[in-house]
Amino acid sequence: MTRFLVGRLLLLVVGLLVASIIVFATLRVLPGDVAQVVAGTQSTPAQVEQLRQQLGLDRPVVVQYLDWITGVLRGDLGRSLVTNGAVGPEIAEKLAVTLPLAGMSLVAALLVGVPLGVLAAVLRRRAGGAVIGFLAQAVAAVPVVWAGMLLIALFAVTLHWLPTQGFPLDGWGEPARAFSSLVLPALTIGAVEGAVILRFTRSATLSVLDADHVRTAAAVGLTRTQALLRHGLPSVALTVLAVLGVQIAGLLVGAVVVEQLFSLPGVGRMLVTDVGRRDVTKVQSELLVLTGLVLLVGFAVDVVHRALDPRQREVGE
Amino acid sequence: MSGTTDQRTARDGLEVRGLTVRIAGRTVLDDVTFTVPPGRRVGVIGASGSGKSMTSLALMGLEPTGAEVTGSIRLDGTELVGLRDRERARHRGSGIGMVFQEPGTALDPLRRVGAQVAEPLRLHRGLDRRAAATAAVALADAVGLPDPASLLRQYPHQLSGGQRQRICIAMAMAGSPAYLVADEPTTALDVTTEARILELFERLSTDRGTGMLFVTHDLAVLARIADTAVVLDHGRVVEQGSVRTLLDAPQHPATTALVDAARATARLTGGST
Amino acid sequence: MIRRLLTRPTGCFAVVVLGLLVVLALVSLVWTPQDPFRADPFRQWAPPGPAHWFGTDASGRDIASYLLAGTRTTVLVAAGSGVVASVVGIVLTAVGSLTTRWVREGTAVLLDILVAFPTLLTAMLLTAVFGGSLGIVVVSVGLSFGVTIARVARGEIRRIARSDYVVAARASGVGPLGVLTRHLVPNAAPLFTVQLSLAMATAVLAEAGLSYLGYGAGSDTASWGNLLADLQTYIGVHPWSATWPGAAIALVVAALSLLGDAVRDATDPRLTTGDRAARGTAATDRTAGTPGPGGDRAPDADDPATTTPGVTA
Repeated sequence: MTRFLVGRLLLLVVGLLVASIIVFATLRVLPGDVAQVVAGTQSTPAQVEQLRQQLGLDRPVVVQYLDWITGVLRGDLGRSLVTNGAVGPEIAEKLAVTLPLAGMSLVAALLVGVPLGVLAAVLRRRAGGAVIGFLAQAVAAVPVVWAGMLLIALFAVTLHWLPTQGFPLDGWGEPARAFSSLVLPALTIGAVEGAVILRFTRSATLSVLDADHVRTAAAVGLTRTQALLRHGLPSVALTVLAVLGVQIAGLLVGAVVVEQLFSLPGVGRMLVTDVGRRDVTKVQSELLVLTGLVLLVGFAVDVVHRALDPRQREVGE
Repeated sequence: MSGTTDQRTARDGLEVRGLTVRIAGRTVLDDVTFTVPPGRRVGVIGASGSGKSMTSLALMGLEPTGAEVTGSIRLDGTELVGLRDRERARHRGSGIGMVFQEPGTALDPLRRVGAQVAEPLRLHRGLDRRAAATAAVALADAVGLPDPASLLRQYPHQLSGGQRQRICIAMAMAGSPAYLVADEPTTALDVTTEARILELFERLSTDRGTGMLFVTHDLAVLARIADTAVVLDHGRVVEQGSVRTLLDAPQHPATTALVDAARATARLTGGST
Repeated sequence: MIRRLLTRPTGCFAVVVLGLLVVLALVSLVWTPQDPFRADPFRQWAPPGPAHWFGTDASGRDIASYLLAGTRTTVLVAAGSGVVASVVGIVLTAVGSLTTRWVREGTAVLLDILVAFPTLLTAMLLTAVFGGSLGIVVVSVGLSFGVTIARVARGEIRRIARSDYVVAARASGVGPLGVLTRHLVPNAAPLFTVQLSLAMATAVLAEAGLSYLGYGAGSDTASWGNLLADLQTYIGVHPWSATWPGAAIALVVAALSLLGDAVRDATDPRLTTGDRAARGTAATDRTAGTPGPGGDRAPDADDPATTTPGVTA
């Protein structure tokens, strides 16, 4: 296990490094002159040159990269080209919205996907199973934007149960309002992502229904349902867990669109704005943070999955 | 002593009458009739696809979902066909147990084997966790597993094929069933291990008076383990009787084919049936 | 192959829908009921009727015509992503298999890392550099799935190279090219096709999401994503107006992922034989062939829980 842990950790670190290089390198391929863009069209060449030196854009690319990376390791994510505000604290502030959103979406997706997936497998020969399967297919094909719009149309505009958009200015200082602002967004992502998880769970349960060890459990005296629940579902859970790491990446990313739709002050929406403004230093740190989160979650899921499966826990591997 | 005899005659045996199984319109078993007397070992032989496995599954109530089962299966007088799964499950493990062909996949890969043996012990004998663990060690010992206490702490993938099959046998016997169905239990094992496992089956049936239905395609195994046998061909019983008679004087072409094939193999390998 | 697909209801549905899409795209090149971009200020939000089959939007544009014109974009995005994914996939597979040991190992590690990069983040990165465009959508999705295809292919190659029948073939004198054409390609083809259809499905969803964010098709291009984005601003007044483009996108995406499922089922020999154990394994491999909102990248083919593609936004 330790060998695996170390190897996987190494992969994580290398992954982060590669990500940072790719992000940085790509953004430096910008057509046009960043300093010029920031300085504006009215400035003189001398002012642009001064700005370039101020921003450190005249130094060799490798030096700029190392400067950024060492800063990140220290906790300094740079400063915005547009506002000159510190990027780190702002990301932290927005994460206070995005992370709870991702968490709630995950819970919603699992609550929808897993039980219905198992049910769809158990009912596979009856109409109910086919209906669930069909609905899952349909919902998974829906663009997140439209799903969100439908939910807003139903719950906010027509029924007035939940706010249409926005997040309280006070943030989590008003926990009830903050939470209710995240419900529809979380349901949006949860529904679509849940449909994908449903299909996975269904497939995993199907293979377990006919599994030999489930049959053995019934043969020693359990009912077929008991055998499935006690001996089949743990295998299903393990399979779903294996896939979950990839899905969680999707959650973090689906949040980008949803934050825009529901006007939530999260990292995703900030990213969209900054990309539009070509605020390179912010974008590079934001992308690094988001990618880092995705890689980290993937790492965590891999480790947990490995720890739970006795077949992979051998000492002498 | 006389108590044992009384016990024996008080049991009617595992009686199968007119068992028919249909799956998706296809008749897999057709009017199958035979009896496993208490304490005796009966073999079931046939070519692939003859319905041997389906017979054993039907006896346990583990036929594939959607299969239509008609006819009669009486376990010491109790009719099993037509029971709902909940009631049928009550007889599984305690009245009739089963050992399958593939020990590798028959065990739950995520649980220690000790827990898997303990489960039917708790289910049928009502033991608590500690008592079941002790009983599991005793049972593992009874099926010939070495160093049972530490072996039971392992996971299935850490055991050999023979060891896994012994665990499966232990699980099947945990509820002290009156009858045991074994579906090609040694086919996946090497010859040496096979011999030992067959010994185990013989010992169990003799010591505990367990009736056995032994499904196999191997006539050598049949001759060794069973006194009487049923020959299946395309889902039908085409011949049955003492194993000696079946081998020496087969009547039905299907039986003859099996015997001839076995003889040919024996000639090639230089052995004898 | 097409015949086999058509016999199953899902395959039939997929082929019909996608065929219709292509036909409509071609038709739209020469004819639409009205000019999709003509804004008629006197006919805003008209209900469906003989003049406007699906009604009009906020600017008075005929929705039916706009949807029809949008089919072109959809086809282009899907096809383009498919092509890019194939090219990238084949190149990476070749590099990962046919070069020296260090390059091969390095590629393997690189693929493992790249697989974790969500498509949307790639798209945002490219948008930050090049500005938003359909090309970005195509390239981002193509790159992501190209990497996935390469990983899956690499897994398959390793599995097949070790398999008994290839060893036997080599032993009997079949050269590497023979092995390639006779064993590798037929085995890898279904997996490849499945990934391709998932890539195309993801591309259509990505276009919707990115156009909504303002970074997909320009507003002078008719795209279903653009229409969704436009209609979103009026959600307070006409909450259900986005049904047409939304449903159109969902229909095409569903058809594409069902196509992947149908191809896999039709070509997987394990599902058609009577081998129970193999069918169990095959069923595990038949995992969700549907894109999800943002989660993408499938683990490689050795992993039973493979082929979850995801989609960005």
